[in-house]
Amino acid sequence: MIQINQLSKKYKGAEFFSVKDLSLKIETGEIYGLLGPNGAGKTTLISMLTSLLKPTSGSFTINGLNFKENKNQLKQLIGIVPQEYALYPTLTAFENLEYFGSMYGLKGEILKNSILEHLEIMGLSKFATKKTATFSGGMKRRVNLIAGILHQPKVLFLDEPTVGVDVQSKNVIIDHLKFLNQQGTTIVYTSHHLIEAEVFCTRVAIIDQGEIIIKGIPSELIKTQAGANNLEDVFLAQTGKALRDYA
Amino acid sequence: MHKLWASTYKEMLLLIRDLGGIAILFIMPMLLLIVITLVQDSTFKTINDVKIPVLLVDNDNGEVSKNIIDNLSESNSFEILQKNTEDEAKEAVFAGKYQLAIIIPENLSASLQKKVNQNVEGILSKFGLEEDNSLVEKEAIPAKEVRLYFDPATQLSFKSSVKNGIDKMISKIETQSIYKAFQTELGEEEAVPIFDTENFISFKEVRQTKGNQEIIPNSAQHNVPAWALFAIFFIVVPLSINLVKEKNQGTFVRLRTQPVNYATVLGGKTIVYLVVCLIQFTLMLLVGIFLFPAIGLPQLDVSGKLPMLYAVALFSGLAAIGLGLLLGTIAKTQEQSAPFGAIMVVILAALGGVWVPVFVMPKLMQSISKISPMNWGLEAFYDVFLRNVNFVKILPEISLLLLFFIITILIAIIYNQKKNAV
Repeated sequence: MIQINQLSKKYKGAEFFSVKDLSLKIETGEIYGLLGPNGAGKTTLISMLTSLLKPTSGSFTINGLNFKENKNQLKQLIGIVPQEYALYPTLTAFENLEYFGSMYGLKGEILKNSILEHLEIMGLSKFATKKTATFSGGMKRRVNLIAGILHQPKVLFLDEPTVGVDVQSKNVIIDHLKFLNQQGTTIVYTSHHLIEAEVFCTRVAIIDQGEIIIKGIPSELIKTQAGANNLEDVFLAQTGKALRDYA
Repeated sequence: MHKLWASTYKEMLLLIRDLGGIAILFIMPMLLLIVITLVQDSTFKTINDVKIPVLLVDNDNGEVSKNIIDNLSESNSFEILQKNTEDEAKEAVFAGKYQLAIIIPENLSASLQKKVNQNVEGILSKFGLEEDNSLVEKEAIPAKEVRLYFDPATQLSFKSSVKNGIDKMISKIETQSIYKAFQTELGEEEAVPIFDTENFISFKEVRQTKGNQEIIPNSAQHNVPAWALFAIFFIVVPLSINLVKEKNQGTFVRLRTQPVNYATVLGGKTIVYLVVCLIQFTLMLLVGIFLFPAIGLPQLDVSGKLPMLYAVALFSGLAAIGLGLLLGTIAKTQEQSAPFGAIMVVILAALGGVWVPVFVMPKLMQSISKISPMNWGLEAFYDVFLRNVNFVKILPEISLLLLFFIITILIAIIYNQKKNAV
């Protein structure tokens, strides 16, 4: 379970809070979608929850642990799939995964088998010995995902895991995430694909200007929003149609 | 330990996949060593193979100018080219066509002779040895000057060594003239000299010996350690770029979310780049031992010194790696780390005495040079190569290098912790 209490983040020199007094409870076994326009604060929130950013104020716990007291324990418990392809381009897919898996303490046959199994699931077996520099965007996304789940995390954070990939790659990624969730992994993910979130998430929160404007089960949110046929209608009704450009 | 090994293996893979980078890491330092040693070799030779062309205008055409020309020719350092006028010589030198012009004034021989005779006669008359010792009014003889023109681009060290040489030569000619005048005044025949005009006081350089053999320093023993150290420290540039790349390509972000400490990440890089430093050093030693004699340079003598040389190389490598990791930790972009690293290494080399010996630096710079890790490394190398010391003598220097590594790594770790504290 993830318990977030009045979490805030204001970047140095920034005029506004990127995340402001945000409180949220995500139950174990959920697939929770953090949705919102560009600059809403989704990545900032995930960065704080994965120890990449220091909150300005507030606190959170993941399965009752916090980074101040249980840093390594918590890092072992969570997995992260960042938005960028966090891979070494001159290493092969296998070598990249071997390294990142080792950093979670995996080794020997367990590590090797886990890599081969995941490469197989993601349809990348025959590219295991190819350098990732030669991979397409979709292939890199899939390797990026494997690097975050090799150690079978209890909680998985994904920042736009399907952005810029073809439909086939997206399906493979979503299907595997559903499988992981069935195995007991709690999933927290950000996305701009609202149709994808509508069918994939058990619950969603729409964030705008660092605050949660609405949260709940997607189907219920659609029902309660007048004239809404899907999550995108709810999203536009809640966040407006004005462009959200930030620099 | 498993994570450290995995980090080391990953670093090794990253390095060997960049063949161009490896070639630069290993070939460029060797090329640098060969070029610098070839250029500097002449300054270490007692007999110079290269003669510097010097313009000479002889307005005297007397015994003194003949003496000057003979002395310059005998020195084997200069090739004398006579010109007719001072203006012609001056123009050629100031245009950079020649390094130096020497202008011997008119009547130098006659005036010197007259002046010497006057002084000798004066002394002898004091002792009552002159037949006519009545006070004769001395004729005023104006002082003569030998004029030197240097190419404005000529280095100061060359200028001062030429000036000292000519000064010494003129003093000798003057002394000989005085002795000769005394001999003439005393009525002795010139053919049978009664004065020994050679210097009574001479000097001899006593060199360090090893067994019964004199240790004679050569350009290889000066250049190989100096430039090997320079190359070792240049590891700062690729190493800092390596770290900055990790940050920019997102892999460092992933590592920050994993249960691995920064020291382990740095440890993997340290091990791989230390091996690179030692391979670089080995290649440079091999160049000194095998290639130098083949291209006419003095051979590098490493007999009995290898363990100590590798100890110095190892600790110098650690100091360089510490600096590279610190720079890579602090820098945000390659545009920051690469030029800063390269210029920093050149500054440390200059302070350390790689370009100019520390003892000729101003006092302030001498004090600053004592805090340059390159100075510690260079002194340790010179101790082993040239001063023939034992291991205990290099302990202070290698301890400082190790301390430098520890401090830079600690700063990098603390900086990273503060920067990424949650």
